[in-house]
Amino acid sequence: MRPDGVADRRDFLKVTGVLTGCLAVGSPLALLAPSRAWALELTALSSEQGATLLAAVRTILPHDRLDDAVYASVVRACDADAARDAGMRVLYSRGLASLGAGFAAKSEPERVKALKAIESTPFFQQLRVKAISTLYSSPLAFAYFGYEGEVFSKGGYLHRGFNDLKWLPEVPAADSGPIP
Amino acid sequence: MSRFEHSDDGVVVVIGSGAGGGTLAHELTRRGIKVVLLEAGKRESMASFTQVPNDAFAQLTWLDPRTSSGDWAPAKTHSPLPAWLTKTVGGTTTHWGAVTPRLSATELKARTHYGALAGTSLADWPIAHEELLKYVELAEQRLCVTRRAGNPGLPASNNFKVMYNGARKAGYQKVHSGYLAINSRAQDGRGFCIQQGFCVQGCKIGAKWSTLYTDIPRAEATGKLDLRAQSMVTRIEHDAAGRVTGVVYRDAAGAEQRQKARAVCVAGNAPETTRLLLLSQSGKFPHGLANSSDQLGRNYCHHVLGFTIGIFDQPVSMWRGTSQAGLVEDEAIHEPKRGFAGGYFVELVNFDVGSLPLAALPYGWGRDYASIMDDYRNMAGFMIVGEDMPRASNRITLSDVKDAHGFPVANLHVDEHANDLALRAHGQKQSRRIMEAAGAKRVVQSEGSPFATHNLGTARMSADPRDGVTNAHGQTHDIRNLFISDGSVFSTSGAANPTLTIVALALRQAEYIERELAAKNI
Repeated sequence: MRPDGVADRRDFLKVTGVLTGCLAVGSPLALLAPSRAWALELTALSSEQGATLLAAVRTILPHDRLDDAVYASVVRACDADAARDAGMRVLYSRGLASLGAGFAAKSEPERVKALKAIESTPFFQQLRVKAISTLYSSPLAFAYFGYEGEVFSKGGYLHRGFNDLKWLPEVPAADSGPIP
Repeated sequence: MSRFEHSDDGVVVVIGSGAGGGTLAHELTRRGIKVVLLEAGKRESMASFTQVPNDAFAQLTWLDPRTSSGDWAPAKTHSPLPAWLTKTVGGTTTHWGAVTPRLSATELKARTHYGALAGTSLADWPIAHEELLKYVELAEQRLCVTRRAGNPGLPASNNFKVMYNGARKAGYQKVHSGYLAINSRAQDGRGFCIQQGFCVQGCKIGAKWSTLYTDIPRAEATGKLDLRAQSMVTRIEHDAAGRVTGVVYRDAAGAEQRQKARAVCVAGNAPETTRLLLLSQSGKFPHGLANSSDQLGRNYCHHVLGFTIGIFDQPVSMWRGTSQAGLVEDEAIHEPKRGFAGGYFVELVNFDVGSLPLAALPYGWGRDYASIMDDYRNMAGFMIVGEDMPRASNRITLSDVKDAHGFPVANLHVDEHANDLALRAHGQKQSRRIMEAAGAKRVVQSEGSPFATHNLGTARMSADPRDGVTNAHGQTHDIRNLFISDGSVFSTSGAANPTLTIVALALRQAEYIERELAAKNI
């Protein structure tokens, strides 16, 4: 680290913090992950900043049964941004500091209150978009929300349920079309 | 594939390879005219398209910066992507939903039928409806549009079953699986749709029409096409007489190149088309090329959009199946009793789980927000696409922000007109009625869209050169051998998704250019 607090390239290879967790017993993700225990090495943020970030993301997008391992993918993406861009590193450092000490240990209503207070800041807007664009785009999230992903290799849904909804009447032929 | 010399001043240069440029290049080359087609993006293929949504986004999207201002959703959400467009051979025809309704005779005479609405710059199209319809029908044949030209419709998907049952219960009559440039049977050397649900990511079987694997290879087969991918045009040059002489571009290696031309046709989609003409300003044309009327970049239209998500007690699995195969046509009329001019379509739309919150739920967070996502399996989706009002002050200009080459990027400014707001309010109310009639337990709606997809009007066709940038053939009023060949030329937006009309106008423009070249007028 340079004296002015801005990272130089050599710093990017150093581990600045670590975030660890363990997949819940019976989590559907356990089938996809190589091991129940996971660890995320941070290259720009500290362990404490990582834990605050994880708690913030869990508060912004709370899915109680969605494992911390999926939320950690957002922390990884933010950490990568902070490692790549000194401006982002400052944005995250100051933003996380503004949430106050012990944020991660507070109750959900208190965490919501703290985030509401900074809702209009560039830090929050950056974090919200980063969280949304990362959390719901991982294979682990696909499994959780039931999205089936890539389908070309399976021949599409033409014979795999594109029209399997049975709780509404069928569409008359004139307004639909033949199965090719 | 042919290669023409940079010094060859007999070629027609076409800029952009999407619906307008790709079609035009094919039509000119099959008439024996040499074309250099310059495309900023790379050449992908059915094989290289990916169904990992984030990867597809990175592969196809125009990611160079653009900025926005005004009171519309892209500015309000600080969207880094105020227009979701592409940078790839085939342009937006790789990425589009392939929805192809027609413009109506009423819409082509918007100024006449809607009147002089305060705060608008409404105009009539300088083309008769019967004249345009000839080319629209030709375009429908080429694009193999469902429910047109003898083609069957696509079969009803789960998402469409929701739309159909809800819309019929809500009293709508014209509800069907849509007019789509997607093969409902194998034809045109392409297979039929297998309901993948990855239209936006690029169709891996080519059932969806795109110039990438139709017009462009057919143009190459004539021996008259020189396609140069990863070639970003930065300037159009002219001589002392004000006649266009060629273009300057950056090649794949970033080196500056010059291509001479007998005529230049610009089809970069409105933001880039406007930007290029503005960047080409000179002593002779201090306000940009073809801008003596000061209309270039003005009258920017992008359609009134709004998303509606319905949540049901039982699964819908909306991600399965053709993305946009469902349409309600009843509201696409001009009926002032509703409290606004112009009309809108209600169109089916689906989202992968990653794109849903970014596109359709651009605001909010917390428990309530997350609970919407928790019901992803049980969701149906619609959107409205409606006519927006042209305004002189809704305008594409050069931004203070610059791209990697140091050229100012496009800024998109929109202040929504009261008519736009009234149309959206009506459309969203009706969309909610449809969802609730189908049995939705919860309906979530977005106010506008955080990005524009249809970009129209900024080089509009006008009978009087003072009112627009181009004549009825997309030829600029100021420069005889400079043409605009994309949605920029629309005199008004109408409600219909624009690609079908863009193709029709390109077919018509090709005939005109051939005649004018033969007559040595250009």
